Amino acid sequence: MSIIFDHVDYVYGGDTPLEVKALDDICLQIPDGQFVGIIGHTGSGKSTLVQHMNGLLKATSGHIYFNGEDIYDRDFPMKKLRSRVGLVFQYPEYQLFEVDVLSDVCFGPKNLGLDRKEAELKAFDALRKVGLPMELYYQSPFELSGGQKRRVAIAGVLAMEPEVLILDEPTAGLDPKGRDEILSQIRQLQRDTGITILLVSHSMEDVAEYVERIIVMNNGRVLYDDVPKKVFARYKDLEEIGLAAPQVTYILHELQRRGFPVDVSATTIEEAAETIRKAAAKC
Amino acid sequence: MGIVRTDSITYEYIRRDEEGNVEGITTAVDRVSLDVEEGEFIAILGHNGSGKSTLAKHINAILHPTEGAVWVDGMDTSREEDLWDIRQTAGMVFQNPDNQIIGQVVEEDVGFGPENMGVPTREIWERVEESLKAVGMYEYRRHSPNKLSGGQKQRVSIAGVLAMHPKCIVLDEPTAMLDPRGRKEVIRAVRGLNQVEGITVILITHYMEEIIHADRVFVMDQGRIAMEGTPREIFSQVEKLKDLRLDVPQVTLLAYELQKRGVALPDGILTTEEFADALSRAAGGNTEGHGQGGRPSGKQ
Repeated sequence: MSIIFDHVDYVYGGDTPLEVKALDDICLQIPDGQFVGIIGHTGSGKSTLVQHMNGLLKATSGHIYFNGEDIYDRDFPMKKLRSRVGLVFQYPEYQLFEVDVLSDVCFGPKNLGLDRKEAELKAFDALRKVGLPMELYYQSPFELSGGQKRRVAIAGVLAMEPEVLILDEPTAGLDPKGRDEILSQIRQLQRDTGITILLVSHSMEDVAEYVERIIVMNNGRVLYDDVPKKVFARYKDLEEIGLAAPQVTYILHELQRRGFPVDVSATTIEEAAETIRKAAAKC
Repeated sequence: MGIVRTDSITYEYIRRDEEGNVEGITTAVDRVSLDVEEGEFIAILGHNGSGKSTLAKHINAILHPTEGAVWVDGMDTSREEDLWDIRQTAGMVFQNPDNQIIGQVVEEDVGFGPENMGVPTREIWERVEESLKAVGMYEYRRHSPNKLSGGQKQRVSIAGVLAMHPKCIVLDEPTAMLDPRGRKEVIRAVRGLNQVEGITVILITHYMEEIIHADRVFVMDQGRIAMEGTPREIFSQVEKLKDLRLDVPQVTLLAYELQKRGVALPDGILTTEEFADALSRAAGGNTEGHGQGGRPSGKQ
């Protein structure tokens, strides 16, 4: 059970002078239950990549396999794929439209053909998972705060009970607490249900804190695909392509340069504090 | 009198339900007094819904206070006849660059503001040139804005404001949608305007690292100013900021975590450099020796 990309290309403006290869020979495997981060500068192909995973975009060439089946086979149930791979776009709160929160979250499961009662049960469950307070379920989604609206939008996708949840910059524009709340809830969800999570993000600190694997996109290609420690060890190469490492990486390298015996591969505050404390005690 | 001054302003709006009945009144800005000196770099922090954008929109007369008054360069923003002068004096840059660019070519976009003001053609071109140079986008003047990266587009937006020769620029989360390089480019351009051109900057952001060079920081909560001080004073109060749904830069947080583990570091460390210096002192200074083993010392 997994998503497999086999030499996937995506070209737009093909056969014109404006031809752009947005994805270039992508080979990837996303096994079940992983928490994967996708980073890359604006225009590097991150969003194009994830939009292939639920069939919103169709590869120009190559194959994509979902749980072993080629999604471009003529008899492959594309509608089913879209319910199993849930995609939350950037600023998803702009897509809220119903009169109250619960109806909005019911929209997805109802569209899958569930009756009202079943849809509501799924909606309740999804809203609980994203940690929205129960007293807000019958309020207009437009009266909620930015972070609450975004949670409702995520619940709308979760209510379809996807096996894979893709979040395209879910924390852009949120305050620091809002960022932490949403990401830790997503992590909890992943641990509780074993759902696969793909997180597209511009925040290196967030990626370092939460994911177990990072895919770095550049010019439509996969540049690195590894655990966070190994990816952020190449911070100089990441800067070349418009990215960076978390600030702790820079601090640890500066300390190492000054002779502190720190472990420079630490990527979170917690790990960094430990290695610095030990190093400072030794001096 | 400062370039931007608010005298105990309050902004209220009425919430209505589906049928238009009044449900209640929300106070988005609650008795805020500010006095910003010309040439200052001011940062405004606050969680979503704390009132910072509402406050910012008062500075160039997009909103008018329910109570109190706002003066921009001595002009009362409630005076309709000064509206154009106020908006020229205090320019505004918003979060999404795609909503702010209208021209088909970069230089045309930047020239839109001065053209609207009736600036003579030759001077428009001069202003376009100097503005694009100030944000480091001059070499892209003939490009289509669609083909630029987020950080480049946002710098074009800033140049568009700059071409109107404002004394003050208000930036409302200008980096929220950008990748790390784009954020760095925009913040560098903004600091340049402040330091080189002497333009007053009011920066609203959720990224704590972006404001370590500000002269003063205001933290908003429930429409009020909850904290005020230098970045060091503000970021020394880690727990209080967390209570206000905010954060501190990673380097500050790391120092704070080490303090809790018994390492003697001062409060409010803001840069990697400061951190390394303080840790060398805390570790008894004996690392200084083997840190420099044949290499130049830490100052860059």
